[in-house]
Formats: sequence, C-alpha cells, structure tokens
Amino acid sequence: MSLSRIVITGVGLTAPNGNSLAEFRGNLLSGVARIARMEIRYMGPHLAGVCNFDPLRHQKRKEVRVGTRAGSIGIYCAREALADAGLSADALRKDRTGIFVGITEHGNVETENEIYAISKFGYDTKFWSHYHNPRTVANNPAGEISLNLGSTGPAYTIGAACAAGNLGLIHATQMLRLGEVDFAICGGVSESIHTFGIFAGFKSQNALAHHEDPNRASRPFDKSRNGIVISEGGALYTLERLEDAVRRGAKIYGEIAGYCVNSDASDYVLPNPGRQAECVREAVARSGLLPSDIHIINTHATATPMGDIQECEAIRAVFGEGCPDTHINNTKSFIGHAMGAAGALELAGNLPSFEDRVVHPTINVDELDPACALPGLVLNQPRKAERVDAILNNSFGMLGINSTLIVRRFER
Amino acid sequence: MTKDEVKQVVLGIIADIAPDEDLSTLKPDVRLRDQMQLDSMDFLDIVMELRKRHGIEVPEKDYPQLATLDSCGDYLTPKFNALASKS
Repeated sequence: MSLSRIVITGVGLTAPNGNSLAEFRGNLLSGVARIARMEIRYMGPHLAGVCNFDPLRHQKRKEVRVGTRAGSIGIYCAREALADAGLSADALRKDRTGIFVGITEHGNVETENEIYAISKFGYDTKFWSHYHNPRTVANNPAGEISLNLGSTGPAYTIGAACAAGNLGLIHATQMLRLGEVDFAICGGVSESIHTFGIFAGFKSQNALAHHEDPNRASRPFDKSRNGIVISEGGALYTLERLEDAVRRGAKIYGEIAGYCVNSDASDYVLPNPGRQAECVREAVARSGLLPSDIHIINTHATATPMGDIQECEAIRAVFGEGCPDTHINNTKSFIGHAMGAAGALELAGNLPSFEDRVVHPTINVDELDPACALPGLVLNQPRKAERVDAILNNSFGMLGINSTLIVRRFER
Repeated sequence: MTKDEVKQVVLGIIADIAPDEDLSTLKPDVRLRDQMQLDSMDFLDIVMELRKRHGIEVPEKDYPQLATLDSCGDYLTPKFNALASKS
C-alpha cells in the first residue's frame, strides 16, 4: 500500500524560553534556559518552567475566564501555527480540519482549584463551579481550540503520558493518510505546573529536581542530576498531505518519515530499555533508513538518575558505535519537562537544523555521567553538523508508553 | 440597600463574568440576554456569584426574575435587606 507523504507546514509554540519558533531556537543556540521559582499550593516555592505568552492575543477575556490554561496554550499555539503556515482560520475547510492534541493528563488543575475554592465555604458543594465538567473533560484543550477556530472536524486529545506530543503528530499523520481529514493541527500541550499534585507526586518519588540556580536544575546526563523540572508549554503543527502543501505553495519544514509506538508492559513508572530500543529500531526501519542516516537524536531524558541511563542503553543498542554522523541532544536541559508538550516542543527546537545544520546542545553537563557517555552527545555548546537529513525524536511516558518519531529533510 | 445599590452589585458581577462587554449602554428594562452575549452558563455565574459573594440564594424557579437589571433590583433588594437585618 502506498502511503501519502505528510509534511509539516507550520509551527506554533510557547515554551518557558520562547513564544515563537525563532525565539525558542535562538535561545536553544545561545544557551538560554528560563526556569523560575513558582509558588505551588500547599508546597511553597518550587522550580517550574512558566510560559509568558499573552492569551489575549487570540482569545477574548471571557474565553480565558471560562476556559482552562491548557485551552489557552492550545489556542495560542494553533493560531500561531496557522499564521506560520500562511493560513487564516477563515481559510480552513473547517469540516475537513482535524485537531489532535497530546496531553499527559487533564483536569487535575481544575479539580484541585475547585476543591480549594469550596474549602473556603466549609466544603459545601453548592459552591462547586458549573464549569467544572467542561473544563475537566479529557477533550477540553482540543475542544477549546475547535471553538476558537470554529473548526467542525474531529477535535480530541490523545492521552499518552509524556509521549503525548509525538502521539499528536503521529495520529494526525494517520488521519491524513486515511483521508479522514485534509488538514491537521496537532502536537501537545501541558498546563501541569498549575497542579500541586504532580509536584507532590514527583517529590514523593524523589524525582523532583533541586538546585540553587533554577536554570542549572534540569541537567540530563550530568553526574549530579537529581530529577525533573516540571514545565508548562505547547507546540502545535500544521500537517498536510504533500500534494496539498505543494499546490498552495506552502513552506515545508520537513516530512514525516516514520514512527513507532509501543508499550513496555513491565512497570508503572520504571522505563524498559529493551522496549525503548525496539521502538526506536522499528521507527528507523519504517522510515526506510539505517541508524547511520539519523543525524540528530533528540532524547527524552528527564534528568532522573536511572531514566537517563536506560534511554542511553536503548540508544546504544540501536546506534552502537558505527554512526559517526549521529548527534545526540536534549531540550529539557533548557525548558524542563513540558509533559504532554515535551515531544512536540523538543521536535520544534530541532527542526531548524534542516536549514542551518546546527545541533543545539544539552546544557548543564559539568561532569558527564560515564553511564550516559554516548558517542555523538552535543554538550553545552552547539555543534555544526556535516549534514542534517533526519531527526529522531524520542518521547516516553508512564505506564510504559514509548514513542519515536522521525522527520526528514523535505526533498521532492 | 436601595434598588439602585443592588443593581450596581449585579452590574459588578456581570462586569466580571462578561469582561469583553461594554456595560455602559445597558438598558435596565430590557432583557440582559437581548443586549449582550449571555448564555445559560453565564447566567448560572450570576446565581453562583450572588451565593459566593453575598450569601444570596436564587432558587431555579425564580431565575426569570433576573431577566433585566430592573427585575434584579425588584427581586433581590428584599433578599439583601433581609440578610442585612439578620446580621
């Protein structure tokens, strides 16, 4: 069966260190992280990646009041992606547009807020908001985007823990190939920093990063890494079938080359390097590429002591020592772990490498952990590559979901 | 409280729940829904904010009493005053 070629034609994002691809990429190349200390309910100040985009750029004040943070992030990213693709919402064939948004979780923020609100009224549930259900249904972020755009095609979220950003793009690719939609807005979002539960949960797991300097706290592969910096953010892409993109003269960032999603089936939280390696290997094979054809591997590594080592083990198993042109980096060292947005944001940070052939580094590595010493790691300073023809993006999540997405330079 | 004061209270709530609306031209004797974008969820916001901010309960059968600013004043003023006399 011949599959349609699917291309990326627009990018909209918000990250702690950038509200556009240009700003984000600029900061990744100049070593600018932007992690803050944020007051977390019941817990006091904690490190977090906080976005500072203006929701009122694309929403009315009432939409912001009624909706969720994830909805605002999604709307901002969707509108920015459309603008980047050279399209207005009015120009879309609205019944043929799909919105597929990866999320790690949704509803915790809003539920915690309501419980806190009724605590001020003696926990009397008659003070519970009538907006609770529309805010907490799992499709909320995608639904808010569809309302804002007036888009009437399928719009839903894909719950896939921290693999979700990749899953948004993968699902959109499948829907375009099936002919279910003609245009897709896809990727991932996260509002997780607004729930104390995720901080408390990671803290109870001893998996929350700490450091005197917030911008030095997220340090994958460093010997002294001590856990995750939780961040919010979003990245949504416009995806189209190649012929449609060419017909309208769209700028093409890259082509979806291949992907794989699999499951560890081994633990609630502990990764499984064997299954991760299978996921990476299968994605490379489906792309029709060899491991040595991959020029950038963007790792999932979150800076937990074991997780980083296990991903390195998986990468070593597939790429070995025989891939001299393969460069390996990590975007979380700048922005922390943006949860459902992570995979989508991290891919975006690397897409410009097709044009400038520069690989952004993994920062905050003062002493490389020998167990993470993969050949090709780009540490602390950007590196100019001979060529960048294919980018492999890993995103893994709890309950053992693994995803690998490969994007290649577009060539007719 | 006077009816005008009660109407100001209601206007304050509406300003919060419909922040994009220009309220300066609202006619007190015309249905709120006919003058501004106010859906059923917004209307429930008015009921909720009266409860949260002022301890005023509006049973569902009385919702039509909140149709206009004038009718809000007529309906809510005795409730505000009854509450004030209790405290």
